[in-house]
Amino acid sequence: MMGKASDNLSDMKTLFEVTEVTKSFNIGPLRQLALDHCTFSIEAGLLTVLIGPSGCGKSTIVNILAGYEKVDAGEVNFLGKPVRGPAADRLVVFQESALFPWMTTYQNVIYGPAVMRIREIADIEADANLLLERVGLLEFKDKYPNQLSGGMQRRAELARAMINNPAIMMLDEPFRGLDAMTRELMQEYFLRLYEERRQTVLFVSSEIDEAIFIADRLLIMTNQPGQIIHTMQIDLPRPRTPDLLTSDRYLDFKQEALEILHSEAVKAFAKGSKAAADFLEAYAAQSGKVS
Amino acid sequence: MAVWNATKFRKAVLSITTLRGVVSVLGLLVVWELGRRFQLPFFAAVPAPSEVIKALGKVIGSGKFWNDWLASYSRVLVGFVAAQVVGIPLGLAMAMNRSFFHFAFAPLEVLRPIPPLAWVPTAIIFWPTTELSIAFVIFLGAFFTVVLNVLGGARNIDERHLRAAASFGSRRRDIFWKIVLPATLPSIFTGMAVGMGITWEVVVAAEMIAGKSGLGYFTWSSYVGGNYPQIIVGMVSIGVAGYFSSGAIRLLGKMATPWQRQF
Repeated sequence: MMGKASDNLSDMKTLFEVTEVTKSFNIGPLRQLALDHCTFSIEAGLLTVLIGPSGCGKSTIVNILAGYEKVDAGEVNFLGKPVRGPAADRLVVFQESALFPWMTTYQNVIYGPAVMRIREIADIEADANLLLERVGLLEFKDKYPNQLSGGMQRRAELARAMINNPAIMMLDEPFRGLDAMTRELMQEYFLRLYEERRQTVLFVSSEIDEAIFIADRLLIMTNQPGQIIHTMQIDLPRPRTPDLLTSDRYLDFKQEALEILHSEAVKAFAKGSKAAADFLEAYAAQSGKVS
Repeated sequence: MAVWNATKFRKAVLSITTLRGVVSVLGLLVVWELGRRFQLPFFAAVPAPSEVIKALGKVIGSGKFWNDWLASYSRVLVGFVAAQVVGIPLGLAMAMNRSFFHFAFAPLEVLRPIPPLAWVPTAIIFWPTTELSIAFVIFLGAFFTVVLNVLGGARNIDERHLRAAASFGSRRRDIFWKIVLPATLPSIFTGMAVGMGITWEVVVAAEMIAGKSGLGYFTWSSYVGGNYPQIIVGMVSIGVAGYFSSGAIRLLGKMATPWQRQF
């Protein structure tokens, strides 16, 4: 089963085709435009990272792709068919832990296949144990979520999504709110799992280092207006290891992405965005380090 | 369970918390006893603890007294269980189905403010036996609390859990049995515990009006018969019975929701 997804790498298939999507919240004078004629696509077999400043509509994109929210205008196609409501082949891993508190770690992990009632129980069990072992939670399989640390909960959630072998897994800033050390550890766990299973992933991030370190493809987003303004192919070799972070190619990618984000932030700042001011300050500090 | 040794026993039983409780209860009894002895205002007319204990000694050996306990307990059990059997599914159904909610909410809100005791005359006319009338009044006492707690709990389920469940391909049946029901369980037990308290308040009052047995009847008939110390025996019995009932519900709730334990 593990080799299956990686075979798809050669025949690149478009999973999501998003065309001219507009989405706003509230009506009247409080109307806020989250996405404005936003167009992009997501290919199968790749780890696509969606990056952009906070509040630019990244979560809105995830909610729309997952089918939790409807668009005002435009088209969202999944494997050629319009998205209508949530489905098990487009799974979301949430920002904060959404594990079911009344189930043990193991029960949480097998929930998806258990309600789908397609696979054999023995097969589900074996897969669950394998995944729990990979995320380092085998000893904690009979604990309830409130007995796990924050990092363990995120890992359990990863396993709970991966066991379903969805056509795409969407991770909405899955490591946000974790301390730096735990975050790094999570990235390693995640990369190892991805490189082993090669399931298609859309990973939302607001951290440029994290984004380039893990991505095959980078979608850069802005908030004025809410659009994908640039797509970058990150063809760094896999498996990726932390020593990559100091390589020239990595730094080139980072510099390129930062420049795009910077020029957009300047534009946004000119329009009076406070978030952009924060970014510009951070960029000044960052670019000192890079160049 | 942990092995109990002398040190652990001393820690648990002779803790400062227990000591404070014992001191406060003993203090109250002493003040009460002395108040009666010295004919202080308010205390003068109340039987002293020593008289109450004497009265308790008289009834504690009699089968009649324990029959009253049994009678009240069985009425509470019948009314309480009926309130759960009807109230929990009703609350869940209202939470799961919007149109059913609109349908059921208005009559519930009209009936809810009517105190259970105001139902007693109607209940006596409506039900063929006194026992059924009393059970019905007890049922009403717990019913509304149960429905509102279940409804509130089921409606406050974390949106993320529902979204996650929907993503994993859950059917409506799965959402109900695996998500809504367990997520509501803590609220169900809160409703049960509060409902249990109301049940005891109601059973006693109902027995005073229409009963021929039970702790409420015991208390009231002691008053009518002029046996004042026995009134206090009845009152304390009701308090102890209620305490044990609520304790049982709490224990049941802890066992049914193991994920809520503090670690």
